[in-house]
Amino acid sequence: MYVQMEHINKTFDGFQASNDVTFGVEKGHLAALLGPSGSGKTTILRMIAGLDKPDSGDIMIDGMRVNDLPGSRRGIGFVFQNYALFRYMTVADNIAFGLEVQKKGKKEIRTRVEELLELISMQDLGKRYPHQLSGGQRQRVAFARALAPNPQLLLLDEPFAAIDAKVRRELRTWLKEMIGRVGITSIFVTHDQEEAMEVADTIIITNQGRIEQIGTPEAICHHPATDFVSEFVDVERYEAFAALASSHGS
Amino acid sequence: MAQKRQRTYQQDIVGDGILAVQKVREPHTEASGKGIRCGLIGICALFLFVMLVLPLAVVVINALRDGWAAYQEAVMDEYTVRALQLTLFTAVTAVAVNTVFGVFAAFLLSKFYFRGRQILAALIDIPFSISPVIAGLVFILTFGNVGWMGDFLKAHGIRIVFAVPGVVLATVFVTFPFVFRELFPVLNAQGKDEEEAAALMGAGWFTIFRKITFPHMKWALLYGVILCAARALGEFGAVSVISGHLRGKTNTLPLHVEILYNEFNTTAAFAVSSILVILAVLILIARTIVEWKKA
Repeated sequence: MYVQMEHINKTFDGFQASNDVTFGVEKGHLAALLGPSGSGKTTILRMIAGLDKPDSGDIMIDGMRVNDLPGSRRGIGFVFQNYALFRYMTVADNIAFGLEVQKKGKKEIRTRVEELLELISMQDLGKRYPHQLSGGQRQRVAFARALAPNPQLLLLDEPFAAIDAKVRRELRTWLKEMIGRVGITSIFVTHDQEEAMEVADTIIITNQGRIEQIGTPEAICHHPATDFVSEFVDVERYEAFAALASSHGS
Repeated sequence: MAQKRQRTYQQDIVGDGILAVQKVREPHTEASGKGIRCGLIGICALFLFVMLVLPLAVVVINALRDGWAAYQEAVMDEYTVRALQLTLFTAVTAVAVNTVFGVFAAFLLSKFYFRGRQILAALIDIPFSISPVIAGLVFILTFGNVGWMGDFLKAHGIRIVFAVPGVVLATVFVTFPFVFRELFPVLNAQGKDEEEAAALMGAGWFTIFRKITFPHMKWALLYGVILCAARALGEFGAVSVISGHLRGKTNTLPLHVEILYNEFNTTAAFAVSSILVILAVLILIARTIVEWKKA
């Protein structure tokens, strides 16, 4: 397992956000933390990133316990829900930020930024500011910025929530393809099961701070482990979607 | 197919919605709107004229009543110049101190969560809710001869009450919340995602502050500084209590105006007032420019 959470507990002002959370994500996999709002999925993501600290339990990344390591030294890239692009910097400066902090050479930074702009097909938009971009473009920049320092693990918090429904499907496909191409282990948080089904290899279902089930989209649909999962997952929707996907495939 | 149908349905709703809104608005804006608007503008203009323009005009007219020479004499008077110097010195010091503390406080309270931050935010607002006269008295009771720290200060030869440090201290106290109050909502609304993103990339707090927080707050900061300066220049109550009105020593411009007025030296009082009016107008211009840039 590349990422392993062992018996994590976390309380905020008496509210138990994580209750004995244990799960693992394999190297190269794309996992979704799926659950209703308030189920503790974002807290899990923030603890992996080092933005919040667990009260107890171990967070392992690549076989090393990282609980006491600051987020900046865990080799992660993070895409925030509203992208958190630096609004007073251009697209290129946003992407370059992490590399500049690491005091990389000017030339190296420029090459890497150009490479990433090409990856997200925004070569000509490097001089724009975030407010001059569409929602989808902002997401792509956030993605490129997170990838710039070559992290080993990519964390995405509700990556499609801020995008209107029409573009969302398109971006989902795009992101899945990009993550596949870069080959980076990724975990994303979502409350939308269709999104999780379509994008993830593994789905981790959370409810009231607990992990309800871990499995492939198919396994979760056909063999729900708890009452909550069978109620939460809409099997008909999954099957309609699976049929659509296979017809696309042929 | 299903998607397409859904879209037309949405458009219908939007279309109807706009029509409905227009239907409701039309009679309102056409019939009574104009009358109400003219009436409100009239009331505002009248109010501004009576409350602001007229008094300011009176200041200028009275200042020049005995001719340009008398005005010049009053303005160039030794004590007036000293008072102006002290006022400017006090204002600059107060602004500098409150800018530093205001920026730190706003950064701390908007970007970090800790126990008691609500209490700290409320404490910063105390000068807004306390009468300046009381603020002056508090300093006398703390630092005066019979005060709390009186013996200690005396033993070390430090004079605060009835001296320049007291004037500065009182002004700092009264103008304390201005910079913080301007910055805090701006930084709070920004959230801390950008800071967290930068921290995750390994940026230190100073880099984060310089590259992310500061660019976001610079216009609000300038605005706060201007408001703080305006208040510091005009502060009367607290300074009046603590300064002791020593001419040429602890007299600020507002205090000087009062002294001249009480001596029935009306022309001089208005002449000195006109300096404050000019400073106020300059600040108003600066404020307008900043507001225009901020938008």
